[in-house]
Amino acid sequence: MSRMIPVPSNAIVPERDAGKLPILEARHLGIEFGGLKAVDDFNLTVGRTEIAGLIGPNGAGKTTVFNLLTKVYQPTHGTTLLDGKDTHSMTTAQLSRAGVARTFQNIRLFANMSVEDNVKVGLHNRIEYNMWDGILRLPKFWKSERQMREETMELLSIFDMQDLAEYKAGSLPYGAQRRLEIVRALATGPKLLLLDEPAAGMNPHETAELMENIRKIRDTFQIAIMLIEHDMSLVMNVCEGIAVLNYGRIIAKGTPEEIQSNPIVIEAYLGKSKEEDNA
Amino acid sequence: MEFLFNLINGISLGSIYAIIALGYTMVYGIAKMLNFAHGDVIMVGGYISFCAIFYLELPPFIAVVLAMIVCTVLGIIIEGLAYKPLRDATSLAVLITAIGVSYFLQNSAQLIWGSASKSYISILQAEPIRLFEGQLTIKAEAVLTIIVCVIIMIALTLFVNKTKIGKAMRAVSEDKGAAQLMGINVNRTISTTFAIGSALAAVAGVLLCSSYPTLMPTTGSMPGIKAFTAAVFGGIGSIPGAMLGGILLGIIEIFAKVYVSMELSNAIVFAVLIIVLLFKPTGLLGKKISEKV
Amino acid sequence: MEKKLKLSAAAKSNTITYSMVTVAFILIYLLDMMDVLSNSLSGQLVPICAYIVMALSLNLTVGVLGELSLGHAGFMSVGAFVGVVVAGCMDGSPDILRFIVSMIVGGVFAGIAGLVIGVPVLRLRGDYLAIVTLAFGEIIKDIINCLYVGVDASGLKIAGSAEALVLGEGGKVLINGPIGAANVPKLSSFFAGFILIMLTLFVVLNLINSRAGRAIMALRDNRIAAESVGIPVTKYKLMAFITSAVLAGMAGVLFSMNFSTIVASKFDFNQSILVLMFVVLGGMGNMRGSIIAATVLTVLPELMRAFEDFRMLLYSVVLILVMIGTNNAKLKAMIGKYTGKITAVFKKRKGETK
Repeated sequence: MSRMIPVPSNAIVPERDAGKLPILEARHLGIEFGGLKAVDDFNLTVGRTEIAGLIGPNGAGKTTVFNLLTKVYQPTHGTTLLDGKDTHSMTTAQLSRAGVARTFQNIRLFANMSVEDNVKVGLHNRIEYNMWDGILRLPKFWKSERQMREETMELLSIFDMQDLAEYKAGSLPYGAQRRLEIVRALATGPKLLLLDEPAAGMNPHETAELMENIRKIRDTFQIAIMLIEHDMSLVMNVCEGIAVLNYGRIIAKGTPEEIQSNPIVIEAYLGKSKEEDNA
Repeated sequence: MEFLFNLINGISLGSIYAIIALGYTMVYGIAKMLNFAHGDVIMVGGYISFCAIFYLELPPFIAVVLAMIVCTVLGIIIEGLAYKPLRDATSLAVLITAIGVSYFLQNSAQLIWGSASKSYISILQAEPIRLFEGQLTIKAEAVLTIIVCVIIMIALTLFVNKTKIGKAMRAVSEDKGAAQLMGINVNRTISTTFAIGSALAAVAGVLLCSSYPTLMPTTGSMPGIKAFTAAVFGGIGSIPGAMLGGILLGIIEIFAKVYVSMELSNAIVFAVLIIVLLFKPTGLLGKKISEKV
Repeated sequence: MEKKLKLSAAAKSNTITYSMVTVAFILIYLLDMMDVLSNSLSGQLVPICAYIVMALSLNLTVGVLGELSLGHAGFMSVGAFVGVVVAGCMDGSPDILRFIVSMIVGGVFAGIAGLVIGVPVLRLRGDYLAIVTLAFGEIIKDIINCLYVGVDASGLKIAGSAEALVLGEGGKVLINGPIGAANVPKLSSFFAGFILIMLTLFVVLNLINSRAGRAIMALRDNRIAAESVGIPVTKYKLMAFITSAVLAGMAGVLFSMNFSTIVASKFDFNQSILVLMFVVLGGMGNMRGSIIAATVLTVLPELMRAFEDFRMLLYSVVLILVMIGTNNAKLKAMIGKYTGKITAVFKKRKGETK
């Protein structure tokens, strides 16, 4: 496990990312739903190649944080800096183009389209040609489509999914759908990949494989990954920095070791999990 | 004086829209669907009361009750056969089905009663009311419509807020799943909503045909669409909203007819809908609905 | 698992569609030349082509974009009347030129109407969008009903009433309010209809199988996910909607120039619903299905006159049954099981003959 060092604004990032602009910096981020503070004063810094974890009990507001970071919800307080730039006025689609990609807790694939087309939609802003190139089948169409197909196959090969290219996305088994969502997110060429419970519904074998792949993705693409996960073995194994959320507020931040030994966390969260482990 | 005359006519027409809009808004609030066939239930109500008065020579009051019973049963049947199997389907599928039901009702009516228009005999054989030494004449039907509308409004508000089934309806409209967990029979609640909406549609049919005495298989479709506009205008899902939207829309329509253009009055009414949806998509009294991610 | 078509397989399917249309055209054209077709059927050839184009274009909005438009006939109407005006202004030019220019201008104006309507409307979702498109269809109808257009030596004149339309010597009225347009030149032909269908197919199928088409379908399948991968929602919704409107406008030009008179009330809500039925019964998103449904559902009642009274009643029942059959999970599974059995039987037979 790499050592975590402080950066300005009292946050920590892995040593190798030190001195570089953090990819994500959330400042006092918050949202209220009719008076209820779902997320409050959320401050977090993610290093450029860090694998960060966001954990917390059910209903703590973890997915809401992702929705705030991707502007699915408009924050009522605070802002996020992406690569040092304020994202305040950006939309979900603009954030995607700026380098934020995500997966969803309740899988959101383009279910009626093929696996290949799902990935190609992800490539939308990376390989471009206009409507007329497409309708009139101009040379640019053929060139770009060929390029798209090659990229798609290469991305699918991360999870050995090339053979599934022609299947309808909605007809894939659950685990494959989760993996396809990651591939689709990677296709957008992100700098920061947000994974919302990537291991949900996977068996231990699949989870172990996923763990390896998360590291592989970070190493190959040199990007930051932030994940929400309930599977503690996965979180403690792959994450370098962890933030614990409870009732919409961060109650602890630190390395896996620090989190595991933090009494507040144990009381709020891990204590319950330990009992389960013993049972 | 002319202004007052038009205003009262507007409120009267608006009251009819309001009664129809109540049916739309309740069904939309609870089943989350646009019951496109609602307007055609009005037409059925009109024909049933017409037949009861004209052929069976029943007293008007009995004719209205008969129309309400037939429409209630019709509403329950439509819901059970066409909409219930689509409870989990996309709104696109449900709406297309509702359009199918609407066409089914119109074409059935055409086969039964013919496509020629029938002249409806008003259920109210009363002299018009003259005020200000005869300067202002108000049709008795207009007054009756407004009174009926107010009564329905009060009764429905009490029903929804005070009775057990009314509370169940509110619970289902808030959260179908949670309501089910609390032991509320969701299917029966939706069915009841359709029954009430359809009974109101029958009343609206009788009032509409009494004020505008031509009855055709397509009689209900235009008022139906306008009443939906009224429901959206007032804020869909809100009972006072339906009332407010209906009356405002009625006034707008009559004023547009008199002061702007007879031919363009429908266009103006629809333009109102579009403007409302653009600037206040939740309507005047509606709540904000956000999508869960 | 269900296998989806490959790109090459999609191309193959498209080729089948193009060939089907071409073969059908040649066959019907020959039959018509030999006077085998009844008069009424022969008179329906151009309207059928117009309906096919309408169905294809509406399928782009409903099946591919996944938004329900109930005012599609409004765009047809815009195209039809603009086409009539353009043709009226070009009196004296060669017919083919008049027709092509009318077609283009009619399509462009319908596209502008699509843009004007689409910008506000496409922000709305689901049922609201449907009802607003319906409202727009009615507004377009009402406005054309109040429109008086004429042309004289000094140019085109537009007025809001018959009295206000003052034309100079030799001037002629092109659109006469609720009476509509009379003396429309008969510039349409079955061949022109065939060309328009092929053009529509070319545009629609190529659009679907391209970057833009995938973006549109992604919005249909999951708007939030599409946004999260950077698809600009409004741009692609508008693209589909306007393309659909332009094609509907062209269908309107084709349709109007087949009849000597044309009124705005012809393009009402019922017309929009009829086209929607073609799309739904032909299969949403299925272009070949739309063509077949539009043809069959227009020809059938022509062949069976006695059936006329029951036509819409039957359509409505079929529409409801199709929607329930394809959208109810239990029924879908049941139908799937039976069709599965049937294909299994066929496969078995095939095996036996080998």
